[in-house]
Amino acid sequence: MMIPACRLVDLPRGEAYRLDIDPPVSVFHTDDGEVFAIDDTCTHQDASLADGWLEGCEVECPLHASKFDLRTGAVDAPPAKRPVRTHEVHVEDGMIYVQLSLDAPNLPPCVAARLAGGPA
Amino acid sequence: MRTVAVVGASLAGLSAARSLRKQGYDGRLVVIGDELHRPYDRPPLSKEFLAGSLAEADLALEPDAEDLRAEWLLGVRAVGLDGPQRAVRLADGSEVRADGVVIATGAAARTLPGTDGLAGVHTLRTLDDARALRDELTLGGRLVVIGGGFIGAEVASTAYALGLDVTVVEAAPTPLAGPLGETMGTIVSALHADHGVRLLCGVGVKGLSGESRVDAVLLEDGRSVPADIVVVGVGARPCVEWLAGSGIELDDGVKCGADGRTGLAGVVAVGDCASWYDPRAGLHRRVEHWTGARERPDAAVTALLAGGAVEPSAPRPPYFWSDQYGVKIQFAGHAAGADSVTIEEGARDDRNVLAVYRRSGHPVAVLGMNQPRLFMRWRKQLATAA
Ligand SMILES: Cc1cc2nc3c(=O)[nH]c(=O)nc-3n(C[C@H](O)[C@H](O)[C@H](O)COP(=O)(O)OP(=O)(O)OC[C@H]3O[C@@H](n4cnc5c(N)ncnc54)[C@H](O)[C@@H]3O)c2cc1C
Ligand code: FES
Repeated sequence: MMIPACRLVDLPRGEAYRLDIDPPVSVFHTDDGEVFAIDDTCTHQDASLADGWLEGCEVECPLHASKFDLRTGAVDAPPAKRPVRTHEVHVEDGMIYVQLSLDAPNLPPCVAARLAGGPA
Repeated sequence: MRTVAVVGASLAGLSAARSLRKQGYDGRLVVIGDELHRPYDRPPLSKEFLAGSLAEADLALEPDAEDLRAEWLLGVRAVGLDGPQRAVRLADGSEVRADGVVIATGAAARTLPGTDGLAGVHTLRTLDDARALRDELTLGGRLVVIGGGFIGAEVASTAYALGLDVTVVEAAPTPLAGPLGETMGTIVSALHADHGVRLLCGVGVKGLSGESRVDAVLLEDGRSVPADIVVVGVGARPCVEWLAGSGIELDDGVKCGADGRTGLAGVVAVGDCASWYDPRAGLHRRVEHWTGARERPDAAVTALLAGGAVEPSAPRPPYFWSDQYGVKIQFAGHAAGADSVTIEEGARDDRNVLAVYRRSGHPVAVLGMNQPRLFMRWRKQLATAA
């Protein structure tokens, strides 16, 4: 599924835009001008990676500082143990589109339980 | 270097072992830990694990596929270090000779004298502690938490959510005044009252009463607070007794340089047991937080492998988080020495503030309550300003 996110001009370098779908996806514009999309929810706990710190091609989670590689989704160190899902990005006529991955998301236990209708 | 021994198999020890491999160390790696468990994460022990919403398997710090090519000696305690030989003596009589030693033995919960053997009295540091406490909390009743610091406050918050009747007793007039200062200590500890948890401040504990099981906490002002369960959350002491006689300088933990090096060549110390020199403040301090135990081993391992031939890079300002009553609390820097605190964002009554501590106008610390995004920005600013 192709989802329009925002216009490239509205997303300055170094910033992130959160797409409020379920589960949310975030689009990052790096200082080098590249655009990436990954699942917004940290795989450790319920934190928004769009609130995190972007440095190069990595975003640091705002709560416990695990870093995720925007290109591969890979995580560098605990407390998070699993990668985040990455999504393909297309820019057409100045508009950023996200092609949602078909893989299952790696949501943290608390969020996964909520989505499954169990206790939060 | 052909053999490195890491003593302490928790966050700091695991982080050191990982750094060694990441930085290209290819020799023998021995990790010694006195708990039987593989490295696990402690913060959830007072939060999700205690609440029952996180399973034991989720506490593991190692992903399934990780292989550090290490020899794990678990369930065995180090009882001595021969400094010049760099030999770690173990409780079973054996020893591990190494070219490099990483001391990562952490800290142990302080207890109250005279409470040994009284059922219903708990401390909280290890997985085994957490299992025992969780089993009792599920029975409900009246919980008295001695100590209004972070661990005490988190236990109170978790127990409140489980439906217990909770009282927190704190000897200082303001809880958390040490780490947060008076103003913000008052605001954060007001979370207890917001949720109907009693907070008794400025009064010490004289002792506990009960025959085989605790039935009350006796206060110094003569009051007695009835209790079915008691949690003693009065801080932790560094686990460094085993280093006595090794030639390593001990001073509220292992005294280290700004990169974890001790006075003995080939020996570094990391995590809660280590008192690193802080070049910005010009003094040694022991930082008992998760992020320091996770990040500082990278620098210590660099120093160990280089044999002291590299300049230490200044570590980031200390950072910790806490979760209480559904509020995410984050703090970075040092509150001591600040001459002003201002709330820059949010309202104190909503408990969603971002507060900045300054000395002579310069930010030295930042506190966030439910402000992860802004907090992250301030934290980075602190790190670059320092
Ligand atoms: C309940 C709880 C909640 C916490 N919550 C937070 C939080 O929310 N945020 C935060 O920033 N920090 C938190 N912390 C602090 C954080 O967990 C610690 O800073 C961190 O665990 C320190 O890691 P460490 O490896 O240095 O020490 P430890 O985790 O204490 O590990 C040391 C290990 O060494 C072993 N050991 C000790 N002596 C010997 C010996 N002689 N021989 C062999 N092995 C030995 C110990 O058994 C232990 O396994 C919390 C701590 C606890 C206990
Ligand atoms: S929530 Fe992201 S590292 Fe913990």
